[in-house]
Amino acid sequence: MSPVSRGFRGRSGTPAGEDSRLPPGQHVVTDYPVLSAGPTPHTPLPEWTFSITQGGATLKSWTWQEMQALPAETVTVDIHCVTRWSKLGTHWRGVSVDTLLDQVESSAPYVLAFSDGGYTTNLPTEDVSGGRAWVAFGYEDGPLAPEHGGPARLLVPHLYFWKSAKWVRGLELRDHDAPGFWETYGYHIYGDPWKEQRYAGD
Amino acid sequence: MDPVDGNAIGGLLIDVFGTEMTAAESTCGTCGASRPVAELVVYQRAPGTVVRCRTCGNVLMVFVKVHDVISVDLAGLATLGDGEVSSTGAGRTWRQP
Amino acid sequence: MERTAVRGRLTWQTAAVTSITRETDAVTTIELEPPDWAGHRAGQHLDVRLTADDGYAAERSYSIASAPGEPLAITVQRLEDGEVSPYLTGELRVGDEVELRGPIGGYFVWEPSDHSPLMLIAGGSGVVPLRSMLRHRLRTGSDVPARLLYSSRTWPDVIYRAELDKYRDGVRVIWTLTSSQPPGWTGYSGRVNAAMLTETAWPASQHPITFICGPTSFVEAVAENLIGLGYPPQRVKTERFGGT
Repeated sequence: MSPVSRGFRGRSGTPAGEDSRLPPGQHVVTDYPVLSAGPTPHTPLPEWTFSITQGGATLKSWTWQEMQALPAETVTVDIHCVTRWSKLGTHWRGVSVDTLLDQVESSAPYVLAFSDGGYTTNLPTEDVSGGRAWVAFGYEDGPLAPEHGGPARLLVPHLYFWKSAKWVRGLELRDHDAPGFWETYGYHIYGDPWKEQRYAGD
Repeated sequence: MDPVDGNAIGGLLIDVFGTEMTAAESTCGTCGASRPVAELVVYQRAPGTVVRCRTCGNVLMVFVKVHDVISVDLAGLATLGDGEVSSTGAGRTWRQP
Repeated sequence: MERTAVRGRLTWQTAAVTSITRETDAVTTIELEPPDWAGHRAGQHLDVRLTADDGYAAERSYSIASAPGEPLAITVQRLEDGEVSPYLTGELRVGDEVELRGPIGGYFVWEPSDHSPLMLIAGGSGVVPLRSMLRHRLRTGSDVPARLLYSSRTWPDVIYRAELDKYRDGVRVIWTLTSSQPPGWTGYSGRVNAAMLTETAWPASQHPITFICGPTSFVEAVAENLIGLGYPPQRVKTERFGGT
Protein backbone atom coordinates (compact mmCIF):
# COMPACT_ATOMS: atom_id res chain seq x y z
CA MET A 1 0.00 0.00 0.00
CA SER A 2 1.59 3.25 -1.10
CA PRO A 3 1.99 5.97 1.52
CA VAL A 4 -0.34 8.91 1.07
CA SER A 5 1.39 12.06 -0.17
CA ARG A 6 0.40 14.76 2.29
CA GLY A 7 -1.74 17.40 0.64
CA PHE A 8 -1.80 15.80 -2.84
CA ARG A 9 -5.16 16.00 -4.54
CA GLY A 10 -4.45 15.24 -8.19
CA ARG A 11 -7.01 16.60 -10.62
CA SER A 12 -9.88 15.40 -8.47
CA GLY A 13 -13.04 17.34 -8.54
CA THR A 14 -16.20 15.87 -7.18
CA PRO A 15 -15.76 12.12 -6.94
CA ALA A 16 -18.51 9.78 -8.06
CA GLY A 17 -21.09 9.06 -5.42
CA GLU A 18 -21.46 12.71 -4.60
CA ASP A 19 -22.80 13.51 -8.05
CA SER A 20 -25.29 11.21 -9.72
CA ARG A 21 -24.19 12.46 -13.14
CA LEU A 22 -20.83 10.81 -12.66
CA PRO A 23 -20.28 7.15 -13.42
CA PRO A 24 -18.23 5.21 -10.85
CA GLY A 25 -14.52 6.04 -10.64
CA GLN A 26 -14.76 9.28 -12.58
CA HIS A 27 -13.99 12.85 -11.59
CA VAL A 28 -15.03 16.10 -13.24
CA VAL A 29 -12.51 18.27 -15.06
CA THR A 30 -12.97 21.77 -16.35
CA ASP A 31 -10.19 21.72 -18.93
CA TYR A 32 -10.33 19.37 -21.90
CA PRO A 33 -7.45 16.86 -21.80
CA VAL A 34 -5.97 15.86 -25.14
CA LEU A 35 -5.24 12.16 -25.39
CA SER A 36 -3.75 10.63 -28.48
CA ALA A 37 -2.18 7.40 -29.70
CA GLY A 38 -0.59 9.00 -32.73
CA PRO A 39 0.05 12.21 -34.65
CA THR A 40 -2.87 14.52 -35.43
CA PRO A 41 -3.96 13.89 -39.01
CA HIS A 42 -4.71 16.84 -41.27
CA THR A 43 -6.92 15.77 -44.14
CA PRO A 44 -7.84 18.79 -46.27
CA LEU A 45 -11.60 19.21 -46.42
CA PRO A 46 -11.78 18.89 -50.24
CA GLU A 47 -10.30 15.40 -49.80
CA TRP A 48 -12.41 14.45 -46.78
CA THR A 49 -15.14 11.84 -47.15
CA PHE A 50 -17.25 9.81 -44.76
CA SER A 51 -18.13 6.34 -46.01
CA ILE A 52 -20.33 3.48 -44.97
CA THR A 53 -18.77 0.26 -46.16
CA GLN A 54 -19.58 -3.40 -45.99
CA GLY A 55 -17.56 -6.38 -47.12
CA GLY A 56 -15.00 -4.16 -48.79
CA ALA A 57 -17.56 -2.23 -50.82
CA THR A 58 -18.55 1.39 -50.23
CA LEU A 59 -22.33 1.55 -49.81
CA LYS A 60 -22.56 5.30 -49.49
CA SER A 61 -20.13 8.17 -49.19
CA TRP A 62 -20.43 11.86 -48.42
CA THR A 63 -18.02 14.66 -49.19
CA TRP A 64 -17.56 17.43 -46.61
CA GLN A 65 -20.01 19.62 -48.49
CA GLU A 66 -22.56 16.83 -48.69
CA MET A 67 -22.18 16.15 -44.97
CA GLN A 68 -22.67 19.85 -44.19
CA ALA A 69 -25.85 19.84 -46.26
CA LEU A 70 -27.45 17.17 -44.09
CA PRO A 71 -29.68 18.15 -41.17
CA ALA A 72 -27.46 18.79 -38.15
CA GLU A 73 -28.27 18.95 -34.45
CA THR A 74 -26.79 20.69 -31.47
CA VAL A 75 -26.60 18.45 -28.43
CA THR A 76 -25.46 18.87 -24.85
CA VAL A 77 -23.94 15.75 -23.36
CA ASP A 78 -21.66 14.49 -20.61
CA ILE A 79 -18.53 12.67 -21.75
CA HIS A 80 -16.57 10.09 -19.79
CA CYS A 81 -13.01 9.08 -20.60
CA VAL A 82 -11.76 5.69 -19.47
CA THR A 83 -8.74 7.47 -17.97
CA ARG A 84 -11.22 8.71 -15.35
CA TRP A 85 -11.96 12.28 -16.33
CA SER A 86 -15.47 13.42 -17.21
CA LYS A 87 -16.71 16.65 -18.71
CA LEU A 88 -20.30 17.58 -18.02
CA GLY A 89 -22.57 19.58 -20.26
CA THR A 90 -20.43 19.70 -23.39
CA HIS A 91 -21.98 21.17 -26.52
CA TRP A 92 -21.57 19.57 -29.92
CA ARG A 93 -22.94 20.06 -33.38
CA GLY A 94 -23.17 17.22 -35.84
CA VAL A 95 -25.19 14.90 -38.02
CA SER A 96 -26.98 12.04 -36.31
CA VAL A 97 -25.59 8.69 -37.37
CA ASP A 98 -29.24 7.64 -37.89
CA THR A 99 -29.38 10.15 -40.76
CA LEU A 100 -26.41 8.42 -42.35
CA LEU A 101 -27.48 4.83 -41.69
CA ASP A 102 -30.97 5.59 -43.03
CA GLN A 103 -29.38 6.03 -46.44
CA VAL A 104 -28.08 2.50 -46.64
CA GLU A 105 -29.93 -0.78 -46.50
CA SER A 106 -28.35 -3.02 -43.98
CA SER A 107 -29.18 -5.10 -40.98
CA ALA A 108 -25.57 -5.54 -39.93
CA PRO A 109 -25.49 -5.82 -36.13
CA TYR A 110 -22.02 -4.30 -35.65
CA VAL A 111 -19.95 -1.41 -36.92
CA LEU A 112 -16.25 -0.70 -36.88
CA ALA A 113 -15.59 3.03 -36.96
CA PHE A 114 -12.38 3.89 -38.81
CA SER A 115 -10.33 7.07 -38.75
CA ASP A 116 -7.45 8.87 -40.39
CA GLY A 117 -4.22 7.59 -38.88
CA GLY A 118 -5.52 4.03 -38.60
CA TYR A 119 -7.54 4.21 -35.40
CA THR A 120 -10.56 1.96 -35.14
CA THR A 121 -13.20 1.19 -32.55
CA ASN A 122 -16.08 -1.27 -32.62
CA LEU A 123 -19.69 -0.80 -31.52
CA PRO A 124 -23.04 -2.57 -31.86
CA THR A 125 -25.05 -0.84 -34.59
CA GLU A 126 -27.83 -0.16 -32.12
CA ASP A 127 -25.40 1.90 -30.04
CA VAL A 128 -24.79 4.29 -32.90
CA SER A 129 -28.45 4.60 -33.77
CA GLY A 130 -31.68 5.58 -32.02
CA GLY A 131 -30.41 9.10 -31.51
CA ARG A 132 -27.37 8.01 -29.51
CA ALA A 133 -24.54 8.94 -31.86
CA TRP A 134 -23.38 11.72 -34.16
CA VAL A 135 -20.66 12.58 -36.60
CA ALA A 136 -19.69 15.78 -34.81
CA PHE A 137 -17.85 18.71 -36.40
CA GLY A 138 -18.72 21.53 -34.02
CA TYR A 139 -17.61 21.84 -30.39
CA GLU A 140 -18.81 24.64 -28.09
CA ASP A 141 -18.93 27.73 -30.29
CA GLY A 142 -16.65 26.73 -33.11
CA PRO A 143 -15.40 24.06 -35.45
CA LEU A 144 -13.99 20.97 -33.77
CA ALA A 145 -10.22 21.52 -33.33
CA PRO A 146 -7.85 18.97 -34.89
CA GLU A 147 -6.38 18.00 -31.51
CA HIS A 148 -9.88 17.04 -30.36
CA GLY A 149 -10.70 15.08 -33.48
CA GLY A 150 -11.55 17.71 -36.07
CA PRO A 151 -12.70 18.10 -38.75
CA ALA A 152 -15.13 15.44 -37.52
CA ARG A 153 -15.26 12.75 -34.90
CA LEU A 154 -17.73 10.15 -33.86
CA LEU A 155 -19.66 11.14 -30.74
CA VAL A 156 -21.18 8.32 -28.68
CA PRO A 157 -21.51 9.80 -25.19
CA HIS A 158 -23.24 6.87 -23.51
CA LEU A 159 -20.05 4.80 -23.83
CA TYR A 160 -16.49 5.55 -22.72
CA PHE A 161 -15.04 8.22 -24.91
CA TRP A 162 -12.51 6.02 -26.69
CA LYS A 163 -15.53 4.80 -28.66
CA SER A 164 -16.02 8.36 -29.95
CA ALA A 165 -13.39 7.96 -32.63
CA LYS A 166 -11.46 11.12 -33.46
CA TRP A 167 -10.80 11.96 -37.12
CA VAL A 168 -13.52 9.51 -38.13
CA ARG A 169 -13.82 8.72 -41.84
CA GLY A 170 -16.48 6.06 -41.85
CA LEU A 171 -18.24 3.01 -40.49
CA GLU A 172 -17.66 -0.52 -41.68
CA LEU A 173 -20.82 -2.60 -41.26
CA ARG A 174 -20.10 -6.07 -39.93
CA ASP A 175 -21.90 -9.29 -39.14
CA HIS A 176 -19.49 -10.08 -36.32
CA ASP A 177 -18.05 -7.83 -33.66
CA ALA A 178 -14.32 -7.25 -34.18
CA PRO A 179 -12.20 -5.45 -31.61
CA GLY A 180 -10.85 -2.07 -32.66
CA PHE A 181 -7.58 -0.45 -31.57
CA TRP A 182 -7.94 -0.17 -27.79
CA GLU A 183 -10.21 -3.20 -27.59
CA THR A 184 -7.41 -5.28 -29.13
CA TYR A 185 -5.01 -4.10 -26.45
CA GLY A 186 -7.18 -4.99 -23.49
CA TYR A 187 -10.01 -2.49 -23.25
CA HIS A 188 -13.60 -3.63 -22.93
CA ILE A 189 -15.39 -4.69 -26.10
CA TYR A 190 -18.47 -2.58 -25.17
CA GLY A 191 -17.38 0.07 -22.64
CA ASP A 192 -20.40 1.11 -20.55
CA PRO A 193 -19.14 3.67 -18.02
CA TRP A 194 -22.13 3.07 -15.74
CA LYS A 195 -21.07 -0.56 -15.36
CA GLU A 196 -17.42 0.52 -15.22
CA GLN A 197 -16.56 -1.66 -18.20
CA ARG A 198 -13.04 -0.35 -18.70
CA TYR A 199 -11.10 -3.52 -19.48
CA ALA A 200 -11.91 -6.83 -21.16
CA GLY A 201 -13.57 -9.06 -18.60
CA ASP A 202 -14.86 -6.22 -16.40
CA MET B 1 0.31 17.56 -27.32
CA ASP B 2 3.72 16.47 -28.60
CA PRO B 3 4.84 12.91 -28.11
CA VAL B 4 7.94 12.06 -26.10
CA ASP B 5 10.50 9.34 -26.76
CA GLY B 6 11.53 5.98 -25.39
CA ASN B 7 13.52 7.57 -22.54
CA ALA B 8 10.18 8.37 -20.91
CA ILE B 9 9.16 4.73 -20.63
CA GLY B 10 12.41 3.48 -19.14
CA GLY B 11 10.65 2.54 -15.91
CA LEU B 12 7.77 0.82 -17.70
CA LEU B 13 10.22 -1.21 -19.78
CA ILE B 14 12.00 -2.36 -16.61
CA ASP B 15 8.60 -3.44 -15.23
CA VAL B 16 7.87 -5.41 -18.39
CA PHE B 17 11.27 -6.77 -19.40
CA GLY B 18 13.03 -6.85 -16.05
CA THR B 19 15.95 -4.83 -17.36
CA GLU B 20 16.96 -1.46 -18.79
CA MET B 21 15.83 -1.38 -22.43
CA THR B 22 16.14 2.23 -23.62
CA ALA B 23 19.55 1.63 -25.16
CA ALA B 24 18.43 -1.60 -26.84
CA GLU B 25 18.19 -1.61 -30.63
CA SER B 26 14.73 -2.03 -32.09
CA THR B 27 13.78 -2.88 -35.68
CA CYS B 28 10.46 -1.89 -37.17
CA GLY B 29 8.51 -4.83 -38.56
CA THR B 30 6.98 -2.65 -41.27
CA CYS B 31 9.81 -0.54 -42.73
CA GLY B 32 12.88 -2.22 -41.23
CA ALA B 33 14.25 0.96 -39.63
CA SER B 34 16.56 0.31 -36.67
CA ARG B 35 17.19 2.63 -33.76
CA PRO B 36 17.54 2.53 -29.99
CA VAL B 37 14.26 2.26 -28.09
CA ALA B 38 15.06 5.69 -26.58
CA GLU B 39 14.64 7.24 -30.03
CA LEU B 40 11.20 5.79 -30.75
CA VAL B 41 8.12 8.03 -30.73
CA VAL B 42 6.08 7.57 -27.56
CA TYR B 43 2.50 8.64 -26.95
CA GLN B 44 1.87 8.43 -23.21
CA ARG B 45 -1.22 10.62 -22.95
CA ALA B 46 -3.68 7.97 -23.92
CA PRO B 47 -5.57 5.01 -22.43
CA GLY B 48 -2.29 3.16 -22.92
CA THR B 49 1.29 3.82 -24.01
CA VAL B 50 1.79 3.62 -27.75
CA VAL B 51 5.29 3.39 -29.23
CA ARG B 52 5.68 4.16 -32.94
CA CYS B 53 8.46 3.90 -35.49
CA ARG B 54 10.09 7.27 -36.06
CA THR B 55 10.55 6.49 -39.76
CA CYS B 56 7.18 5.13 -40.89
CA GLY B 57 4.86 5.90 -37.96
CA ASN B 58 3.60 2.36 -37.54
CA VAL B 59 2.78 1.05 -34.08
CA LEU B 60 5.62 -1.04 -32.63
CA MET B 61 4.58 -1.58 -29.02
CA VAL B 62 1.45 -0.97 -26.96
CA PHE B 63 1.30 -1.18 -23.16
CA VAL B 64 -1.98 -1.09 -21.26
CA LYS B 65 -2.28 -1.34 -17.51
CA VAL B 66 -5.25 -3.64 -17.04
CA HIS B 67 -5.99 -3.52 -13.31
CA ASP B 68 -2.64 -4.63 -11.84
CA VAL B 69 -1.24 -6.33 -14.90
CA ILE B 70 0.64 -4.68 -17.75
CA SER B 71 -0.62 -5.98 -21.07
CA VAL B 72 2.14 -5.84 -23.67
CA ASP B 73 1.84 -6.07 -27.43
CA LEU B 74 5.01 -6.10 -29.51
CA ALA B 75 3.40 -7.08 -32.80
CA GLY B 76 4.89 -4.15 -34.72
CA LEU B 77 8.51 -5.00 -33.89
CA ALA B 78 10.76 -7.28 -35.87
CA THR B 79 13.56 -7.32 -33.30
CA LEU B 80 14.16 -5.84 -29.89
CA GLY B 81 17.59 -5.88 -28.24
CA ASP B 82 19.13 -9.30 -28.16
CA GLY B 83 15.83 -11.04 -27.58
CA GLU B 84 13.69 -12.52 -30.32
CA VAL B 85 10.25 -11.15 -31.08
CA SER B 86 8.24 -14.08 -32.33
CA SER B 87 4.67 -14.71 -33.23
CA THR B 88 2.72 -17.16 -31.14
CA GLY B 89 -0.65 -16.84 -32.82
CA ALA B 90 -2.19 -15.08 -29.87
CA GLY B 91 0.19 -12.18 -30.24
CA ARG B 92 3.86 -11.39 -30.31
CA THR B 93 6.04 -12.28 -27.36
CA TRP B 94 9.61 -11.46 -26.47
CA ARG B 95 11.91 -14.10 -25.20
CA GLN B 96 14.56 -12.71 -22.89
CA PRO B 97 18.02 -13.80 -24.01
CA MET C 1 7.21 -15.26 -21.59
CA GLU C 2 10.33 -15.40 -19.48
CA ARG C 3 10.81 -12.48 -17.18
CA THR C 4 13.45 -11.74 -14.59
CA ALA C 5 12.25 -10.35 -11.29
CA VAL C 6 14.18 -7.21 -10.42
CA ARG C 7 14.57 -6.14 -6.83
CA GLY C 8 16.34 -3.51 -4.87
CA ARG C 9 16.95 -0.14 -6.43
CA LEU C 10 14.37 -0.66 -9.18
CA THR C 11 11.43 -0.99 -6.84
CA TRP C 12 9.50 1.86 -5.28
CA GLN C 13 10.89 3.31 -2.10
CA THR C 14 9.81 6.17 0.14
CA ALA C 15 12.30 9.04 0.30
CA ALA C 16 12.35 11.93 2.74
CA VAL C 17 12.51 15.46 1.34
CA THR C 18 15.59 17.01 2.92
CA SER C 19 15.76 20.36 1.20
CA ILE C 20 13.84 22.51 -1.26
CA THR C 21 15.53 25.25 -3.27
CA ARG C 22 13.70 27.70 -5.48
CA GLU C 23 15.73 28.03 -8.69
CA THR C 24 13.41 30.36 -10.60
CA ASP C 25 9.79 31.46 -10.41
CA ALA C 26 8.55 28.17 -11.79
CA VAL C 27 11.43 25.81 -11.02
CA THR C 28 12.39 24.08 -7.78
CA THR C 29 15.16 21.68 -6.82
CA ILE C 30 14.23 19.00 -4.33
CA GLU C 31 16.81 16.99 -2.41
CA LEU C 32 15.71 13.50 -1.48
CA GLU C 33 17.00 10.83 0.87
CA PRO C 34 15.83 7.39 -0.23
CA PRO C 35 16.69 4.58 2.20
CA ASP C 36 18.24 2.35 -0.45
CA TRP C 37 19.83 4.37 -3.23
CA ALA C 38 22.48 2.54 -5.25
CA GLY C 39 23.76 5.61 -7.03
CA HIS C 40 23.15 6.77 -10.57
CA ARG C 41 24.84 7.80 -13.83
CA ALA C 42 24.78 11.36 -15.11
CA GLY C 43 21.76 11.79 -17.38
CA GLN C 44 19.50 9.22 -15.75
CA HIS C 45 16.10 9.97 -14.28
CA LEU C 46 13.85 8.66 -11.57
CA ASP C 47 10.11 8.12 -11.39
CA VAL C 48 8.07 9.83 -8.68
CA ARG C 49 4.68 8.57 -7.53
CA LEU C 50 2.17 10.61 -5.52
CA THR C 51 -0.87 9.03 -3.89
CA ALA C 52 -3.94 10.96 -2.76
CA ASP C 53 -5.91 9.81 0.26
CA ASP C 54 -8.60 8.30 -1.99
CA GLY C 55 -5.96 6.03 -3.48
CA TYR C 56 -5.61 8.01 -6.71
CA ALA C 57 -2.00 7.87 -7.86
CA ALA C 58 -0.03 9.88 -10.39
CA GLU C 59 3.46 9.06 -11.68
CA ARG C 60 5.96 11.29 -13.45
CA SER C 61 9.61 11.04 -14.47
CA TYR C 62 12.18 13.67 -13.46
CA SER C 63 15.79 13.94 -14.54
CA ILE C 64 18.32 13.68 -11.73
CA ALA C 65 19.98 17.07 -11.23
CA SER C 66 22.76 15.92 -8.90
CA ALA C 67 25.98 14.29 -10.00
CA PRO C 68 26.76 10.71 -8.96
CA GLY C 69 28.03 10.85 -5.39
CA GLU C 70 26.19 14.04 -4.45
CA PRO C 71 22.97 14.07 -2.39
CA LEU C 72 20.20 12.95 -4.72
CA ALA C 73 18.25 15.86 -6.20
CA ILE C 74 15.68 16.46 -8.90
CA THR C 75 14.72 19.79 -10.44
CA VAL C 76 11.05 20.24 -11.29
CA GLN C 77 9.42 22.82 -13.52
CA ARG C 78 5.88 23.79 -12.56
CA LEU C 79 3.59 23.26 -15.57
CA GLU C 80 0.52 25.49 -15.69
CA ASP C 81 -1.91 22.64 -16.28
CA GLY C 82 0.21 20.10 -14.47
CA GLU C 83 -1.03 17.60 -11.95
CA VAL C 84 2.17 16.63 -10.16
CA SER C 85 4.52 19.57 -10.74
CA PRO C 86 2.33 22.17 -8.97
CA TYR C 87 2.35 19.90 -5.93
CA LEU C 88 6.11 19.30 -5.97
CA THR C 89 6.95 22.96 -6.56
CA GLY C 90 4.25 24.45 -4.35
CA GLU C 91 2.88 22.22 -1.63
CA LEU C 92 5.79 19.89 -0.82
CA ARG C 93 7.69 20.65 2.39
CA VAL C 94 10.95 19.49 3.94
CA GLY C 95 10.13 16.43 5.99
CA ASP C 96 7.46 15.19 3.60
CA GLU C 97 7.93 11.84 1.90
CA VAL C 98 7.91 11.05 -1.78
CA GLU C 99 7.78 7.63 -3.42
CA LEU C 100 10.41 7.15 -6.07
CA ARG C 101 12.18 4.48 -8.07
CA GLY C 102 15.36 4.57 -10.05
CA PRO C 103 17.79 5.28 -11.41
CA ILE C 104 16.40 4.71 -14.89
CA GLY C 105 18.06 5.05 -18.27
CA GLY C 106 20.93 3.51 -20.19
CA TYR C 107 20.91 5.58 -23.37
CA PHE C 108 21.00 9.22 -22.30
CA VAL C 109 24.01 8.88 -20.00
CA TRP C 110 27.52 10.35 -20.08
CA GLU C 111 30.65 8.89 -18.53
CA PRO C 112 34.01 10.65 -18.25
CA SER C 113 35.56 7.56 -19.83
CA ASP C 114 34.19 8.96 -23.10
CA HIS C 115 36.93 11.40 -24.07
CA SER C 116 35.04 12.86 -27.04
CA PRO C 117 34.39 16.60 -26.92
CA LEU C 118 31.09 16.93 -25.11
CA MET C 119 28.26 18.93 -26.71
CA LEU C 120 25.28 19.65 -24.49
CA ILE C 121 22.23 21.47 -25.85
CA ALA C 122 19.39 22.39 -23.52
CA GLY C 123 15.94 23.88 -24.05
CA GLY C 124 14.38 25.18 -20.84
CA SER C 125 14.17 22.48 -18.17
CA GLY C 126 16.10 20.20 -20.52
CA VAL C 127 19.20 21.58 -18.81
CA VAL C 128 18.62 19.37 -15.77
CA PRO C 129 20.26 16.10 -16.90
CA LEU C 130 22.98 18.08 -18.67
CA ARG C 131 23.80 19.90 -15.45
CA SER C 132 24.26 16.49 -13.80
CA MET C 133 26.75 15.65 -16.56
CA LEU C 134 28.70 18.88 -16.06
CA ARG C 135 28.83 18.41 -12.29
CA HIS C 136 29.98 14.81 -12.81
CA ARG C 137 32.70 16.03 -15.17
CA LEU C 138 33.87 18.53 -12.58
CA ARG C 139 33.75 16.13 -9.63
CA THR C 140 35.74 13.49 -11.45
CA GLY C 141 38.43 15.96 -12.55
CA SER C 142 37.71 15.18 -16.21
CA ASP C 143 39.39 17.39 -18.77
CA VAL C 144 37.02 16.48 -21.58
CA PRO C 145 36.30 19.76 -23.36
CA ALA C 146 32.61 20.58 -23.00
CA ARG C 147 30.16 23.12 -24.37
CA LEU C 148 26.66 23.82 -23.15
CA LEU C 149 24.33 25.71 -25.47
CA TYR C 150 21.36 26.66 -23.29
CA SER C 151 18.16 28.15 -24.68
CA SER C 152 15.74 29.86 -22.29
CA ARG C 153 12.91 32.31 -22.70
CA THR C 154 14.28 35.08 -20.49
CA TRP C 155 17.22 35.62 -18.14
CA PRO C 156 15.09 35.10 -15.00
CA ASP C 157 14.03 31.74 -16.48
CA VAL C 158 17.58 30.42 -16.63
CA ILE C 159 17.97 27.52 -14.22
CA TYR C 160 21.29 27.15 -12.31
CA ARG C 161 22.32 30.52 -13.64
CA ALA C 162 24.98 31.39 -11.05
CA GLU C 163 26.47 27.91 -11.11
CA LEU C 164 26.67 27.72 -14.91
CA ASP C 165 28.09 31.22 -15.14
CA LYS C 166 31.07 30.15 -13.06
CA TYR C 167 32.39 27.52 -15.47
CA ARG C 168 35.74 28.44 -16.98
CA ASP C 169 38.44 25.95 -17.96
CA GLY C 170 37.29 23.34 -20.36
CA VAL C 171 33.60 24.25 -20.19
CA ARG C 172 32.08 26.92 -22.40
CA VAL C 173 28.50 27.94 -21.62
CA ILE C 174 26.64 29.70 -24.44
CA TRP C 175 23.31 31.30 -23.66
CA THR C 176 20.48 32.17 -25.96
CA LEU C 177 17.33 33.95 -24.81
CA THR C 178 14.33 33.57 -27.09
CA SER C 179 11.73 35.89 -25.60
CA SER C 180 13.50 38.92 -24.13
CA GLN C 181 17.02 39.91 -23.20
CA PRO C 182 18.27 42.10 -20.33
CA PRO C 183 19.97 45.45 -21.06
CA GLY C 184 23.54 45.00 -22.22
CA TRP C 185 22.99 41.36 -23.20
CA THR C 186 25.98 39.89 -25.01
CA GLY C 187 24.66 36.36 -25.49
CA TYR C 188 22.59 35.07 -28.40
CA SER C 189 18.98 36.02 -28.99
CA GLY C 190 16.30 33.91 -30.59
CA ARG C 191 15.87 30.21 -31.12
CA VAL C 192 18.70 27.80 -31.77
CA ASN C 193 19.11 27.52 -35.53
CA ALA C 194 21.66 26.22 -38.03
CA ALA C 195 23.65 29.46 -37.99
CA MET C 196 23.94 29.48 -34.20
CA LEU C 197 24.98 25.85 -34.18
CA THR C 198 27.59 26.45 -36.88
CA GLU C 199 29.12 29.07 -34.60
CA THR C 200 28.79 27.25 -31.30
CA ALA C 201 28.80 23.50 -31.77
CA TRP C 202 31.97 21.42 -32.02
CA PRO C 203 32.87 20.82 -35.66
CA ALA C 204 31.75 17.35 -36.73
CA SER C 205 35.38 16.57 -37.54
CA GLN C 206 36.16 16.58 -33.82
CA HIS C 207 33.78 13.62 -33.32
CA PRO C 208 31.84 15.05 -30.40
CA ILE C 209 29.27 13.17 -28.37
CA THR C 210 26.10 15.24 -28.17
CA PHE C 211 23.18 15.30 -25.75
CA ILE C 212 20.08 17.35 -26.58
CA CYS C 213 17.30 17.71 -24.03
CA GLY C 214 14.17 19.82 -23.80
CA PRO C 215 10.72 20.14 -25.36
CA THR C 216 10.09 17.71 -28.23
CA SER C 217 9.96 20.38 -30.94
CA PHE C 218 13.22 21.94 -29.68
CA VAL C 219 15.04 18.62 -29.60
CA GLU C 220 13.91 17.64 -33.07
CA ALA C 221 14.80 20.97 -34.66
CA VAL C 222 18.26 20.98 -33.08
CA ALA C 223 18.95 17.34 -33.95
CA GLU C 224 17.94 17.92 -37.54
CA ASN C 225 20.24 20.93 -37.77
CA LEU C 226 23.18 19.04 -36.28
CA ILE C 227 22.74 16.16 -38.68
CA GLY C 228 22.69 18.75 -41.44
CA LEU C 229 26.06 19.94 -40.13
CA GLY C 230 27.46 16.46 -40.51
CA TYR C 231 26.93 15.07 -37.03
CA PRO C 232 26.37 11.29 -37.31
CA PRO C 233 22.94 10.43 -35.86
CA GLN C 234 24.27 7.70 -33.60
CA ARG C 235 26.46 10.30 -31.84
CA VAL C 236 23.50 12.60 -31.15
CA LYS C 237 21.55 11.49 -28.14
CA THR C 238 18.13 12.97 -27.55
CA GLU C 239 15.69 13.22 -24.66
CA ARG C 240 12.29 14.80 -25.37
CA PHE C 241 10.19 16.30 -22.60
CA GLY C 242 6.92 16.69 -24.56
CA GLY C 243 5.21 20.06 -24.63
CA THR C 244 2.93 21.49 -27.30
